[in-house]
Amino acid sequence: MRFTFDGHAYRGEPGDTLAAALLRNGVRVVGRSVELGRPRGVFTAGPEEPNALVRVGPDPMLAATTVELYDGLEAWSLRGKGRVDPDARDERRCDKGYLHCDVLVVGGGPAGLAATVAAGRAGARVILLDDQPRLGGDLLNSRVTLDGRPALEWVDGLELPARVLTRTTAVGYYDHNYVVAVEQRPHGERLWHIRARRVVLATGAHERSLAFPGNDRPGVMLASAARAYANRYGVRPGRRAVVFACADSGYEAARDLADAGVEVLAIVDPRPDPPPVEGVEVLAGQVVTGTSGDADGVLNGVRAGDRDFACDLLAVAGGWNPAVQLFSQSQGRLRYDEELLAFVPGTSAQAERSAGACRGLYGTSEAIADGYAAGAEAAGQSGLSGHGPRVPEDDRRPPRPPAAVWSVTGPSSEPAFADLHRDVTVADLARATGAGLRSVEHVKRYTTAGTGADQGKTSGAVVVGVMAALLGAQPGQVGTTTFRPPYTPVSFATLAGRDRGELSDPVRTTAMHDAHVARGAVFEDVGQWKRPWYFPRAGETMAAAVRRECEAARTGVAAMDASTLGKIDIRGADAGAFLDRIYTNVYSTLPVGACRYGLMCGADGMVFDDGTTTRLAETHYFMTTTTGNAATVLDWLEEWHQTEWPELEVSFTSVTDHWATVAVAGPRAREVIAAVAPGAVDLAFMRYAETDVLGMPGRVFRISFSGELAYEVNVPWRHGRALWEAVLDLGAVPYGTETMHVLRAEKGFAIVGQDTDGTVTPQDLGMSWIVSSRKPDFVGKRSHARPDTARAGRKRLVGLLPDDPAALVPEGAQLTSGEGTPALGHVTSGYASAALGRSFALALVREAEPGDRLTAVCGGEAHPVTVCSPVFLDPGNDRRDGLPLTVEVGPYQGEPWPAESPAAAFAARFQAASTPAARLREIAFEPMWEVRGADPGMGLALGPSWWLVTGNVPPGPEWVDVSDQRTVLELSGPAAEEILITGCPLDLHPSVFPGHAQTFLGRASVLLERRAPDNYRVYVRSSFTRYLAEWLLDALGGIYP
Amino acid sequence: MLLIPCPFCGPRDETEFRYGGQAGIAYPDGETTDGEWAAYVFMRDNPKGWFHERWFHAHGCRTWFTVERHTVTQEIR
Repeated sequence: MRFTFDGHAYRGEPGDTLAAALLRNGVRVVGRSVELGRPRGVFTAGPEEPNALVRVGPDPMLAATTVELYDGLEAWSLRGKGRVDPDARDERRCDKGYLHCDVLVVGGGPAGLAATVAAGRAGARVILLDDQPRLGGDLLNSRVTLDGRPALEWVDGLELPARVLTRTTAVGYYDHNYVVAVEQRPHGERLWHIRARRVVLATGAHERSLAFPGNDRPGVMLASAARAYANRYGVRPGRRAVVFACADSGYEAARDLADAGVEVLAIVDPRPDPPPVEGVEVLAGQVVTGTSGDADGVLNGVRAGDRDFACDLLAVAGGWNPAVQLFSQSQGRLRYDEELLAFVPGTSAQAERSAGACRGLYGTSEAIADGYAAGAEAAGQSGLSGHGPRVPEDDRRPPRPPAAVWSVTGPSSEPAFADLHRDVTVADLARATGAGLRSVEHVKRYTTAGTGADQGKTSGAVVVGVMAALLGAQPGQVGTTTFRPPYTPVSFATLAGRDRGELSDPVRTTAMHDAHVARGAVFEDVGQWKRPWYFPRAGETMAAAVRRECEAARTGVAAMDASTLGKIDIRGADAGAFLDRIYTNVYSTLPVGACRYGLMCGADGMVFDDGTTTRLAETHYFMTTTTGNAATVLDWLEEWHQTEWPELEVSFTSVTDHWATVAVAGPRAREVIAAVAPGAVDLAFMRYAETDVLGMPGRVFRISFSGELAYEVNVPWRHGRALWEAVLDLGAVPYGTETMHVLRAEKGFAIVGQDTDGTVTPQDLGMSWIVSSRKPDFVGKRSHARPDTARAGRKRLVGLLPDDPAALVPEGAQLTSGEGTPALGHVTSGYASAALGRSFALALVREAEPGDRLTAVCGGEAHPVTVCSPVFLDPGNDRRDGLPLTVEVGPYQGEPWPAESPAAAFAARFQAASTPAARLREIAFEPMWEVRGADPGMGLALGPSWWLVTGNVPPGPEWVDVSDQRTVLELSGPAAEEILITGCPLDLHPSVFPGHAQTFLGRASVLLERRAPDNYRVYVRSSFTRYLAEWLLDALGGIYP
Repeated sequence: MLLIPCPFCGPRDETEFRYGGQAGIAYPDGETTDGEWAAYVFMRDNPKGWFHERWFHAHGCRTWFTVERHTVTQEIR
């Protein structure tokens, strides 16, 4: 395998990490340290690496010890930290996945493998994660035998009744046994979200370093790493070596290095009575006191006591630290073990258990035995002894306790590093404690020790040990800093997964979206919706377009896509009584066929939403809400009904996406209505008609948000495009949200959320007329009598006229009565008006009467303004009824636009993306009803007393037609489930999944139904269909053989 | 990511729910003083320990329900 490092070409072997390949090629200096710029080399053989950080492609900073070599890899050295190149091409396809299991085993070493076997054999659903390409854990690096055979033979002979994910690192352990892991896949990472009933942590242990002068030279390496390079990769990490063995693992490394052809000059062991080692001198009771380097700073000598050794490798065995990071993240409490000289798991906080080396059981056989016990226990079995698998016997001597050495001071002038990654020395730690810092958390922040990308995996124990010595305390008293996710660095691309670019947040579109795009509309985001902001003609500025659109609405006829308004179907004998309690005004006495504008307040009395509600029948109302508040209002209604007034017989069904709505406004609007909905032409103001629209059943409301003659025409989604095209064909000028805002502001109509901010009462808006004094109660009524809301001098909605009729007063400008006086309020809306021939504004301001002079201040500008009534146009409502029909208008004769399902435009792409593994198609125009109350005996149960019935069945009398509220996307084929788990958080296992459920797919709310083992239906709201279709296409494109 | 037991759907991820704050805050009956009303609207407990609270399964069955959660350990019972 060819690769380059800093532009030099090298060759490595399959299975190498980049670090192994660099050592194979004799590359000793891999980077420079972050603060001091000192040369650094490979220090470890795993994710704990503090030194060998490299840039690979768009990844600015990876540990070379974790990068699997591939042919053509290009890597670059770093000075301690990487920099993101925003222009780097990133071809990765990252995504995420959801998994569920009875037992999650983290770590595929001896303990984890044994736990997997035991739990799986007990019948549990087991997932095993391991970060390496191959299972075995430390057995891959060692030459331990089991029952006299190489230990990897035991590994290879295991049958693992589990879903095994290799190259997968568990990075986060969250509440309720939620573990997040990153899998390295050929085309990008997958972020796994795993929910487990029980977790077995078998995360092993990290060898620790110790601090001695010159301990950072390239050539100084952990003994376990030197052993791994020799045994696993067949790489000699040096030619002549000294081993600094505070723990017996150093002896194992010395033996393996010697067998690999490395000349081991000496073992330096601080402990007094070392065992004899054949052919190697052991310096008992000695420590390494310094190193020397060549011109490049690479190790060429080691000093121990009064001896100097010429060598190019110093293998350091400082002892072992159980890898307790995930345990600690799970909120488990650590305990300091005086014999192991290490922190080990103490008290668990979740349904979790550590097994093997991560709780200090370092022997292979004892780890296997512990793993079997942990796996069986996690699977719910107890008293396994005697019935479990036999534990194979290893050939290791029980280790002696390690030496309690954390740092070495000597005559050398070289710094002794505690944290290599952050360049923190023992002297830095002494400065911190000398400055009075006692807490390890404070020292961490003061010195930055442990804050590198490696999170102090090799250095943490050294820092604690040095601090203990400096403070005259025991390490257990000093404690550790908090371990936080992620365990290893995770790139933002991995976290984002598929949620990037146009899929970063669902974009909701209306049935007329393509028509707006074709007409060159400029869109604005309103919540998740894309709404046309204005419709510029060629070369037209926004101001000119809005002026033209406003003029059309004031003098002719104009049309807006109002489909985004929230729409709620409300039914039940108590619907009127319920609305009386929710709105400030009265609905129970509203005549059938009449519409009424209403305000809702929170319990605090502040305006919360507004809209019109129409009584369609005695026990049937139709509510509209603001675009941005639709979901919130539906939640609000459900909350009051379920939690306060469950005795009221009323139900709520969202039909926002079922209906496409076109607002037709202007003095000549009647001409358009006469052509598209002749049955509605004689509608009185604030009246409604259920009538044919273009020959299809529709609903027409005579509601005006502009003060002009206006209609809101509703047809099912599939006919939305046809209605829109016909209305425009009849001469209506399309207008967008900006024109809507100008028109309503000219009439002084406040927009909730723009002219209000949650601190505004109906009275503040000058709308006391809409607050019933007759009703005994409604939500917010009592708060209107609170001293603060009832007091004089509150901010109120007023109009403003700038002295300069061309000056646009920006929204948010502060209003003052003079220089040096406090602000009295602020501008909430400001526009140029074609009808008024000048600019104007709305504001919330206190102590202001019409005629008062104020100054609007924003940025460096100050606009003198005069306070006036907020109603700028037609205060007598004389324009409301428009112009009478003067000509005979026949029904619209144009060629009707065909009915369109929400995913119609995707049919060809669905077909092209479908493979034998996974097929995607839309099942269009499926009849659907939502049913409340009594069980219809068919359909899918959505909630308590709530069903969705689909198909060609005769509907019941109170069924709500929602055929256009959702569409159905069918995903089938053997890969269907593997696609769904990349976006659906539910457990789809047949033993758990009830057949259908409401949940998420990607970031869209869906109803998911399994019709057959390989056949799923996804019911998605019409406005989310475009998003979900793109999401599914991306997911289908992410299946690789 | 909490796993919240919905009485209709079973255990589901926290992201499917909307939080509803302290449970058992009844709408006051009859006349209230300003102080009583302000307590209803604005004042909530914030214990370290077990807490009765409401959740709404907004992206599922749309049921409001009450659970008891330990605000330190996140246990739910």
